[in-house]
Amino acid sequence: MDWASDFDVLDPQYIADPFSVWDELRQSCPVAHSSRRGSSWLPTRYEDVTALAHDIEHFSSLEVAVIPFEGEAPQEPLLAYGLPPISADPPLHTWTRRLLLPWFSHKKVAGYEPLTRELCRSLAAGLKEAERADAAADYAQQIPVRVIAHILGVPPELSDTFTGWVRDVLEFADDQQRRRAGMQALIQYFLTELDRRRANPGEDLLSSLLQTEVEGEAIDDSLVLGTAALVLIAGVDTTWSAIGSSLWHLATHEDDRRRLLSDKEVWPLAIEELLRAYSPVTMARVVQRDVEFAGCPMRAGDRILMNFPAANRDPEVFEDSDQVVLDRARNRHVAFGSGIHRCAGSNLARMELRVALEEWLAAIPEFSLAEGAEVTWAGGQVRGPRSLPVVLR
Amino acid sequence: MRIRLDPDRCQGHARCFGLSPELFDVDDYGYSSLNFEGEVPTELEEKARLAIANCPEYAIEEVE
Repeated sequence: MDWASDFDVLDPQYIADPFSVWDELRQSCPVAHSSRRGSSWLPTRYEDVTALAHDIEHFSSLEVAVIPFEGEAPQEPLLAYGLPPISADPPLHTWTRRLLLPWFSHKKVAGYEPLTRELCRSLAAGLKEAERADAAADYAQQIPVRVIAHILGVPPELSDTFTGWVRDVLEFADDQQRRRAGMQALIQYFLTELDRRRANPGEDLLSSLLQTEVEGEAIDDSLVLGTAALVLIAGVDTTWSAIGSSLWHLATHEDDRRRLLSDKEVWPLAIEELLRAYSPVTMARVVQRDVEFAGCPMRAGDRILMNFPAANRDPEVFEDSDQVVLDRARNRHVAFGSGIHRCAGSNLARMELRVALEEWLAAIPEFSLAEGAEVTWAGGQVRGPRSLPVVLR
Repeated sequence: MRIRLDPDRCQGHARCFGLSPELFDVDDYGYSSLNFEGEVPTELEEKARLAIANCPEYAIEEVE
């Protein structure tokens, strides 16, 4: 495959090891192009990715899906504004983001920590007596969806259903029919939930949005619906992928596992380093009008795949960029993006990752990749292990 | 040592608060500010450097 002019982000080898492709592209063609799934560009340098993220005038967030929808987006006309604020530009972005941010502030996230810890502890306790476990499917995948369900005030018993929809929309996005069905089911569910909240408001995010007035008027229903869908879609696959990749790292790097077990001080830096090295999320932008960027003739309507994971591996910015250095002190990573679209849930994701690793290591300090095990990775919009067989010893 | 935080650059990554909570506050929207005036206490200079070196938006800098 010619990665410079015909890349495919869903290529199985790329999903398993994108790092060597990025290293090569940074040398030969730092902003690659492909005409698969529409004309799109793939930057691989930190400097380019962050510059693109900050130029909101040329690069819009109206389309953020890495795999474009074929035909009309399935949410029309119910989600007239998409999934704000992630799929919005200012001024809509500005005020819808301000409604969401307080739900994910440091203070608020500290309040979600006890239930997250309880959940992780009970999951780990259920696994630790066995000889083997799937650290991705039986642990990582089970955590964020339940925390998000709590924030949205929806029943945790539906977690597997929610996870299924989110995977349909993100992981299996190339199957247009499956993705469409997942999105429709998710929207339909939240439509019913909104009606329920209107009749019986609770303390949750959805009830609060329904009661919020902006300039004396209630918020448009499609905005509440879009925000609800966003919180679920953005808060599940992403964090579970970060937890899964981190456990993969610890299962394959004994020294780092031992260091986390013995050195409490290193944790704050170590969490950031794991986020840098295994950043799960790529978002798209759409070119607003013809522009030349880094020598590339970008046309209105082209997509830019905001390769935050590759930016975080750029040797120009990170010394020994391909090594995980748990106590890395200079680490301006952009795992949560850069500029005005910085992940609104970053405090939550960081807390979940830390608590998930703390509780796993407390229950299962000794573990390694099962011999001959087949680790499967998902990729595209979100990269992380979907199956991670480990031996507990 | 003196440092400055540019509120126009800050996007609320909260990396400074996460690594050096002794020197920073965060508001309900995630944005950071310095929680002291004047010189960085000598024993916290290392913490200030850590915050500078981890800000993805280059919003914190040392000033003369």
